[in-house]
Amino acid sequence: MKILVTAKRVEDPESKIKVKPDGSGIVQEGLKYKINPFDEIGVEEGLRLVAKHQGEVVVVSIGGKEVQEQLRHALAMGAHRAVWVNHTGPLDQLGIAGLLQKVTEKEKPDLVILGKQSIDDDQNQVGQYLAEFLGWGQATFASKVESMESEQEKNKVPALTVTADGKAVRVIREVDNGLATLECQLPAVVTTDLRLNTPRYASLPGIMKAKSKPIEELTPEKLGVDVTPKIQIVKLSSPPARKAGIKVPDVATLVDKLRNEAKVV
Amino acid sequence: MEFQLTEDQRALQQAARKYAREVVRPKAAHYDETATFPRDLLATAFELGLLNMAAPVEYGGVGLSHLDQTIVAEELSWGCAGVATSIIANDLANLPIILHGSEDQKKRLLSHFAERLKFSSFCLTEPEAGSDVANMQTTARREGDEYVINGAKCFITNGGHAEQYTVFATVDKTKRHKGITCFVVEGRPAGLTVSKHENKMGQRASDTVSLTFEDVRVPVKNRIGEEGQGFAIAMATLDNSRPLTAMFSVGIARAALEHSMEYASQRKTFGKPIIEHQAIQFMIADMAMNTHAARMLTYESAWLLDQGQRNTLQSSYAKSFAADMAMKVATDAVQVYGGYGYIKEYPVEKLMRDAKLIQVYEGTSQVQRLVIAKELFR
Repeated sequence: MKILVTAKRVEDPESKIKVKPDGSGIVQEGLKYKINPFDEIGVEEGLRLVAKHQGEVVVVSIGGKEVQEQLRHALAMGAHRAVWVNHTGPLDQLGIAGLLQKVTEKEKPDLVILGKQSIDDDQNQVGQYLAEFLGWGQATFASKVESMESEQEKNKVPALTVTADGKAVRVIREVDNGLATLECQLPAVVTTDLRLNTPRYASLPGIMKAKSKPIEELTPEKLGVDVTPKIQIVKLSSPPARKAGIKVPDVATLVDKLRNEAKVV
Repeated sequence: MEFQLTEDQRALQQAARKYAREVVRPKAAHYDETATFPRDLLATAFELGLLNMAAPVEYGGVGLSHLDQTIVAEELSWGCAGVATSIIANDLANLPIILHGSEDQKKRLLSHFAERLKFSSFCLTEPEAGSDVANMQTTARREGDEYVINGAKCFITNGGHAEQYTVFATVDKTKRHKGITCFVVEGRPAGLTVSKHENKMGQRASDTVSLTFEDVRVPVKNRIGEEGQGFAIAMATLDNSRPLTAMFSVGIARAALEHSMEYASQRKTFGKPIIEHQAIQFMIADMAMNTHAARMLTYESAWLLDQGQRNTLQSSYAKSFAADMAMKVATDAVQVYGGYGYIKEYPVEKLMRDAKLIQVYEGTSQVQRLVIAKELFR
């Protein structure tokens, strides 16, 4: 089984993000970066599937030279090789999906796993676009059942399994009112939700071995994709600062304020 | 000259930081309080390759450079200095084999540490031979293809859990340091007893014991180097490990600094957070500046080793400066916390207790200064 997994470089969620005064972007200076956590879950799931069914995990990232750091992280976790689409400059979701389509057609994986969204701009679009472009089935928000100590829990199947004939995947996904189970013919596109798994730690030997694993370099030109953005970001702004709360002396005042100021009762 | 970590070094740092933050930190207070062996934390450390960083890849280790190891060591000690000491103990004990072992010895005595979680102890210190190593009382008497070891060792890290011991003993007391010889004792042979678990002030997660050797037999093939080379082997080992212990100080100091910054931003006196008082700002600035200075000294001492250069002077600079620095920074952290700093519910008094040991072990701050003076007048 061959699995292609994305590894987007995003701002470390522990960094403090500040919008530039002119709203043209965020302040890059002093920021730390890491692999998109949903993509990291995707790498872990890919490695688990390959451990069970054999095959290889190929990771792909789009960006400047710096995205090799995220590719190396995935390789240190155990991915077999990497594809780097060298591109600097603006990209929108259609451009990203277009590049991934060409990489997918070149690599011919059985399964593409992406994070359901990346934690920088939270668009939640690329997986869906990619499936549409490829004409493949898609199962988004692949998730794991929460532990409930029930009989059902004991018999639960892993959220992402390959059916016995090896021709389809069964995906348990989070939907608004609970869980939905899908079977999807391979090849297919799956996007990961938070509770699918806990990614393994990169080990020291893994990090050292990752150094010698191959990273293939491609470009939008080589892949024949026009990535001119169709979406333009006009302005970024911080959410309005929250006003400080107030203390009220008694219940009567509270009710009065809820009724006449907040107008919620 | 470059003042930034490489991509690989950042990856190692991140991996060690994640382990320290997610695995070690949540349990550090528990193991400090109970002074029990943190086997679960060490099992994870083994899986991540942290337990055998120094051994070459062909003998089952990770083969990290000295600089890489110090980068990892800072993170481990930031998590808990006691756990870090227990983690590094394997590399310390195995360094004599890595540095001076024959091909056969490396294969037999190093490679098996990759198979499963196993501990190894470095046995140099004796009740009458700490700083004064040449006063060693433990003897090794040759009998045919074996040596027979008799004597006592103290302050042995992980000694109660080890399955291999690197032991220094003298073949001739009258020769002082020229009689000292290095041996590897495999398993727990008859005559080797673990006698006393020390109840320590700090670094309580690391297991520290006394050992007695009564007619313990070691095959000649387990002698590292020649008879009389043991002193040089021990000193070379400590030259290699000194940057790591120096970096343990940096990890403690960084933890103390971070806790102090967080607390000083929250705690209010006279109507404002105490960080807005200049007295606290000055303390925090001193903590940050000294922590970084120690880190730079330590990087240099490790870098020299990686260049194949002698680092005795610089590693003594690093170890004594960093250890004294960490003691001061941790003490100041308790001061920033005020009364709460003295209470065990808060994290900084542990750092103060942990830091103290680094001024003492692997060459006291005073011995480091003797070495520095001797090197300067060489």
